[in-house]
Order: sequence, then C-alpha cells, then structure tokens
Amino acid sequence: MSSKRPNQLFRNMPAKVAAIPMVVTALFIFVGGTAWTVVYSFTKSGLLPRLKWVGLDQYERLWGTNRWLVSIENLAIYGICMLVLVFVIGFILAALIDQKIRFENTIRTVILYPYALSFVVTGLVWQWILNPEFGVQGIVRDLGWQSFTFNPLYSPQIAIFGVLIAGLWQGSGLVMVLMLAGLRGIDQEVWKAARVDGIPTWKTYIFIVIPMMRPVFITTLVLVVTGIVKIYDLIVAQTGGGPGIATEVPAKYVYDMMFQAANLGQGFAASTMMLVTVALIIIPWAMLEFGGKRRV
Amino acid sequence: MTFSVEIKNLDLHFGNVAVLQQLNLDIHEGEFLVLLGSSGCGKSTLLNCIAGLLEVTDGQIFIGGENVTWAEPSERGIDMVFQSYALYPQMTVEGNLTFGLKNAGLPKIEIAERVKRAAGILQIEPLLKRKPAALSGGQRQRVAIGRALVRDVDVFLFDEPLSNLDAKLRADLRVEIKKLHGQLNNTMIYVTHDQIEAMTLADRIAIMKGGKIMQLASPHEIYNRPRNLYVADFIGSPSMNFLNGEISGGNFMVGKLTIPLDGYEFAKGSRQEGKAIIGLRPEHIVTGDNLASAAMRTKVTVELVEPMGSDTLIYATLAGTFIHVRMDGQVQAASGDEIEIGFLPDRASLFDPVSEERL
Amino acid sequence: MSDISTSAMEGPRGPRIRRTFSRHNIVLYGTLFIVAVYYVIPLYVMIVTSLKGMPEIRLGNIFSPPLEITFEPWVKAWGEACTGLKCEGLSIGFWNSVRITVPSVIISIMIASVNGYALANWRFKGANVFFTILIFGAFIPYQVMLYPIVIMLREIGLYGSLTGLVIVHSIFGMPILTLLFRNYFTSLPEELFKAARVDGAGFWGIYFRVMLPMSVPIFTVAVILQITGIWNDFLFGLVYTGPESYPMTVALNNIVNSTQGVVEYNVNMAATIITGLVPLSIYFVSGKLFVRGIAAGAVKG
Repeated sequence: MSSKRPNQLFRNMPAKVAAIPMVVTALFIFVGGTAWTVVYSFTKSGLLPRLKWVGLDQYERLWGTNRWLVSIENLAIYGICMLVLVFVIGFILAALIDQKIRFENTIRTVILYPYALSFVVTGLVWQWILNPEFGVQGIVRDLGWQSFTFNPLYSPQIAIFGVLIAGLWQGSGLVMVLMLAGLRGIDQEVWKAARVDGIPTWKTYIFIVIPMMRPVFITTLVLVVTGIVKIYDLIVAQTGGGPGIATEVPAKYVYDMMFQAANLGQGFAASTMMLVTVALIIIPWAMLEFGGKRRV
Repeated sequence: MTFSVEIKNLDLHFGNVAVLQQLNLDIHEGEFLVLLGSSGCGKSTLLNCIAGLLEVTDGQIFIGGENVTWAEPSERGIDMVFQSYALYPQMTVEGNLTFGLKNAGLPKIEIAERVKRAAGILQIEPLLKRKPAALSGGQRQRVAIGRALVRDVDVFLFDEPLSNLDAKLRADLRVEIKKLHGQLNNTMIYVTHDQIEAMTLADRIAIMKGGKIMQLASPHEIYNRPRNLYVADFIGSPSMNFLNGEISGGNFMVGKLTIPLDGYEFAKGSRQEGKAIIGLRPEHIVTGDNLASAAMRTKVTVELVEPMGSDTLIYATLAGTFIHVRMDGQVQAASGDEIEIGFLPDRASLFDPVSEERL
Repeated sequence: MSDISTSAMEGPRGPRIRRTFSRHNIVLYGTLFIVAVYYVIPLYVMIVTSLKGMPEIRLGNIFSPPLEITFEPWVKAWGEACTGLKCEGLSIGFWNSVRITVPSVIISIMIASVNGYALANWRFKGANVFFTILIFGAFIPYQVMLYPIVIMLREIGLYGSLTGLVIVHSIFGMPILTLLFRNYFTSLPEELFKAARVDGAGFWGIYFRVMLPMSVPIFTVAVILQITGIWNDFLFGLVYTGPESYPMTVALNNIVNSTQGVVEYNVNMAATIITGLVPLSIYFVSGKLFVRGIAAGAVKG
C-alpha cells in the first residue's frame, strides 16, 4: 500500500508520455509553425528566410500582383459555386436515396467512389473528357452540330468552371453521405406526425427536417469550405493554372512563390492570407458550437 | 473496535460543486451496508471514492485499518461489481475471472483453485469457456460477482448491480447476494436507489441526500423511527401520510381530530408541545377487525380505490389532507363508501415543521 | 342481413394498389439513373481509353468501346512512360507510395490510438488544451506550415527523404485520427475501464488487454481513412520528397502534364487508372466502413 502522496507531476505518467507526440505537434508544428510563417511574412525573405523586417511590404506587393488577384477571384467564384451546388446536389441526392429506394447501396457506391480518388486522378480524367478534340465537344460536333462549343479548359473566361465540374464530381458524394446520415438521424416519428397532419413532403423538408439537421449542415459546411480553400492538386493536374493564369488559385501561388520563384516572403504573406480566410470561417463557427456551453 | 472501512471528513468537489461534504462513515467487519438515495445524492460517487476510482478533495479513507486515501484501486483490498457488469467482452468468462489475478502475478495453480471455488459458489462452471455476449443478464451479473469473489478481498463494492435486470431476476439475485454474504461474511457496501433491495439486504442503511448521510441505521429503525422528514418520506411505498397540526396536552390536534399520543416515544424522552407534523404509514392506519387496537377512530369517505392483489389502497381526505390507507386485499371497497379508520400512535412519527427533525 | 354483409365488403379493402410505373417512380429512378451515369462516365472513359490504341483514339470518340483491346498502354504506363527526360513509368512511384503509405499508416495510427485512449480515459490537466489546438490545427491551411516543416526536416537531415514524408503524414494525420479514437474510446462503457483498474491493470495493460481487442472496427476505419488519404496525397509528396522518391500521384502528374511531343492519351489514362486503383479497390472492398470513416471524421468531438 502506498502511504506517500504521489507527486502530481508523475501522476498518470504513462498517459502523459503517450501524449508527447500530440503536445509536440500541437505546440511546435501547429502553433509554432503557424506563428513562424506569420512572423516571416513581415520580412524580406527571398531564397532563404531572413529576419530583415519590411513591415507590410510583402502584403502590399501581394495585393498589387495581378496573379494573386486572379487567384482570389477564382477561389471566390469556384468557392461560391462549389458551395451552393455541392449542397444542393448533395442534399437532393440524399433526399432521393432516402425514399426507401431499391439498389440503394449501388447508387450510393456509384456516387461516392470519386471521393476515394485523388484530386490528381480527378483532374486528369476531366482534362481528358473536356478535351476539345476528342472529348464532349468533339463528339457533339461529330454528331453533326459543327458550331457546338464546349471548351472550358481552353477558354480563359470559363476555365474555372471546367475545374468546378471536376470538383463537383469528386466532392458531392461526401456531402450526399453526410446529408444522408443526417436524414437517417431524424426521428421517424417526425415524418409520421407530418404525414398525419397532412403537410406536403417538400414543406416537411424545408420547414421541419432541414432546420433539424442544422448540426450536420454546419459540420459539412466547415469541411467543404476548408477543402475549398486548400484546393491545389486539382488545379495543378487539370489545368496547371492555365490557360495563362486563368485558373490560378492561392494555394498554388503559395507553392510557386516558395518553391519555384525563390520568393519566400510572398509565399508567407499569401499563406497568411489563406490562414486569415480560414480563421474568419472557423472562429465564428467554433464560438457558435462551443462558446455557449463549457464541456467538462 | 476495528472497522472494516472508515471514512473520515470526506470532501469531494467537481469544480465548484460539492458532491460529498464532510462525510463520516464507519463500517463494521462483515457488515452489509447499503447506500440508498435518489439519483444525484452522491452514493455512487462515495463508492467510487472508496474504490479509489475518484480522487478525493479532502478527508481520509481507511480500509482494514490502513489509510488508503492515496492508494491505487487494486491495492485497496476491494473489488467492485458494476451496474453494466463491465465484463471484458473479448475474454471468456474464465479470462474475466482471472484477469485481475494474473495482473497481481498469482501462481497458476492458485488461480485455477480460486476460479474453481468461485465458479462452484456461483454455479457458473458450465459457462467458463463462453464469452460474455453468449450469457444472459443474470449469468453476466453472476460472473461479475465471481470476478470479485476470486480476488478474495475483504470488501465488496456493489454499484447498483441489479438495476439492469428485469423484476423477477432481480428478486432472485437479491436472494443470492444475501446468501453469498451469509456464506462469505465479508464486508459489503451496496449502492442502490431501490428501497426494497436496501431493506431486504442491509444490516444498516445509510440514506443519502445532497452528499450527506441523512440517517444511518438498521432497516427496522429507519422504517419505524425515521430521523427526519426526508427519510420518512423517502422510505416506504406508498409513502407516509403527513398531517400538519399541533401537540397539546398529550394529544395531536389536527382540524377537528384529536389523536392521543399515549405510547409515543419522544426522541428527547420528554413530551413536547407546539406545532408539529404527524407521519402515519398507510399500513399503520387500521380498518376492519384491527380497529379494536386503535387509540382513536374516525370515519372517512373513500374517493379512489387501487386494488393491488395482496392488499388494497384506498384514498380519502382527512382533515383537509389527501391520505392513503392500506387495507387487506380481500376487502371489497368502492368509491363513495364510508369506512371507519383508526390510528396507532405508538407507530406514528412526529416531526418539527421547521427543522424537519424527529420529535 | 345479406345487405349489410355485402355493403361491408364494398369500397377500399386490403392493401392499397400501387403501380410500379407511377409518375413518382419514373421521376425518382429516372433522376437517379441520369445521376449515376454522370458519376460513372469518367471511370468508364478512363478504362475504355486505356484499352485503345492511339490510331483508334484519333479516329473515334472517347465514349466508344475499344474495337481492338490492347494492354500495351498499361504496360507502357507501368514501366516506360516518360517524365521529361526519364522514361521509367509509374512503377517507381508506385513502390515509393507503398514505402510511404505503409509506415505512415502504421505509425500515425499507433500514435493516435494511444493518444485518443489517454484523452478518453486518463484525463490529465492540460490535455484538453493540446487536444483543442490539435483539432483547430486540422483546419489550418497546410500552406502555412509547409516551410517551417521544411526547415525542421532539413535540420534533422530528413528533408527530401521518404522518412521525412512519413513523419509529415503522421503529424497531419494526428488531428483526425486522435479525434476518431478519442470519440470511440469515450463511447465504450466507462465501467469497463474502472473494472480493469480495480483488477490492477495499468495504462498499457488496459490499452493492450482490454481496449485494443474491442477496437478492431475503429482500427479498420482508421486504416482505410489513412491509406486512401496518404496514397492520394500530392502536395506533401511534392514538397518533402525529391525526384527519386516522388510518390505515385506526383509521378502521374509529371507523366501526363510534362510529356513532350506526341501525347499518348491511352497511356495517360492507363497511368491514371493504375494510380487510382489502390484507393478504389479499398473503397469497393470496404464499402460501409469507408462511409463510416468519413462520417466519423465529420462528427465533432
């Protein structure tokens, strides 16, 4: 029997040892790494990081660079369209599948499989399908409609929508699965009550079911948005940012500045801007979700 | 006098909430002590503190005369049986029984012997090679008890062990636990919210409320001489009838009724006067043939009848208070009947309306 | 009498009549069919293209099935396709990916499961602070942490090596996996943990003897999540490895997007399929568990 009081520091010792990787990652990588990048975004780092302060110079240059502005604009267009469409498509598909249909598993498998594929694979397939000579445009023209034009990847104005098609194909399955889980999580008695009360199905969805699915919508929203901000591989694989700079995005700007143009300062400033964007989305969400109630 | 378990000035806080407050409790060797209370009263918390699964804020715990306040659960000479059985699902019954012994590094022969003995006592020999999933609820709880049995400890802790079982099985296992206690004669501390379990099993019951012990006494004492209004109301089903009135000249006066208090033992020895609450158990209000023994009788109109088989409950209004009376099950009564009832003052309880303590 | 009995049998009786080809059903299944076609087409196109010869591709359209099936593009994609100057195909990238994925999956799951177990059952002061940071870290754009990690890896001499990339994957897998395991271990009955402690088992004893045997499903989910995630990674592979140790995704992108001269679409598509094959087969084999992994990742802690 122990009669000495165990030292507080050594209590739960194995648990503390086991948590070392978590502590190191949280402090050194997530907090430390982020702080480091933010700090160095105020310096004149070029090929190598140097602590030579230049104040907001990097940010001024960033917002004066056409390529960055195009990147932001693309991200905004892609992001808004992706967000709206992925939710509409995902929810409608989930609602259809929730109708106690036959072949449910097959349909679900088919809709979700693109999510298992990498963005690189996704980008390359859609690059091929949207190929003007052999792809969709070529086929319709072969059918006799010679003036038919559907060539997003080579038309700067609409190139980003070509990427959007691929992004939707890859990502909507995820939203569908989450929405379906949300729908299945709703008490069946709500549906029975609505049916007894004679409320039409579409009204039940809009006024009863969707409000009840608020938590699912919010988590899905956070997942989708953070995914959108990170978009990189898809662009690199499908368009390489082209034609010209028509499909550039911030993540690609960061990579190119850091590892190709030997302009670290720009890379740090651009990535800090990405961080700010995500923070603007995450912090209100976190306050909404966890602010009210303290969990023990 | 040595105690098996002693708890001295125990305090436990979760943040700012005091779950246990200055709690003292001494448990005799071989005693069956039941901690009884409604949910949130701190009874399970106290048990977890004794087991060492919760760190106490202040105070001391002694088991077998040794201070175990800072000892690990496995070093305390206790074992615990849980409500959900907490059997390791991937181990066989035998694996469940031996896990603790293997951790303690006991020799194989000894382990085998102990398992054999425990399995014999609990009649679970045919189940030893099965997994918990293949057992019924009652069998699982038996294995859980067996896990405590093999460790050969001085103190058994039970945390609502029968609450997950259906009514019939619960009654069966209750009897088995009582038999087991008679056989092993070690200290048992048993947490429950079921007063029947408490009354039937306990040598002593500790009724808890808000992290404090309201009364610690034998079931008989608790039932017949509840120390305060809370205990009086908590124990007994249906619960005690309470009438607000006044003691004056050896009588309890309520409305037009005068109940003579001859034979009532006052807590302080001498008779008291002034405002009081009288508590009468439904079965201590007599009817029919038993009226002869009653010190005082009156007539009431039956308002509601609940036949329960073995006995019949009738509801009526007496001196402005809705009361219930337990009658023999064979008596036929209907709403609107007028019946005669009588009181047994020596069985009644009197309470101070302000302090709620027994008079 | 007979009047009453016949009139009682009139009107609706028994199950309601439903037509298989009601308008509702046609719209429902019609929509689902069109949707399914949209989702399947890219896979179909990939396979069809990869089995055609170049002359046939130039003549026909991408949807038409191959007239003459040839596996030559597959062979070429695997062993001969060129990235710039080198013509070694995907095979090197494939084996790099295997050598990255296997240790990354094992290490990240080992760390995260013990971590989640410590967080769920052995709460100690400050644990939740680090856990919160970890979860928020999952939302920080990787770009912010890219360069600091480059410096760290360079300091310990692992920049550009497979080992370095394994460390990176273990780090970035930690938030989601820790959350997954913590939630799972929290969902197990606490009394089981208490019983094991009364039985005298310690931190590792309870982990290996009680928790692990009960956690096969969640480990499977974690393995699926990690294999697909790490196999599909592009950015980390690009940043933290050199040309000799590029993972398959990077190799694939280089083969398809940096070819000079004649573009061999059939080889490109074969290479694309081969790269997608590992996560795809995991997806088709695991089915429901894959879905559970996604859902588990989405559920907040």
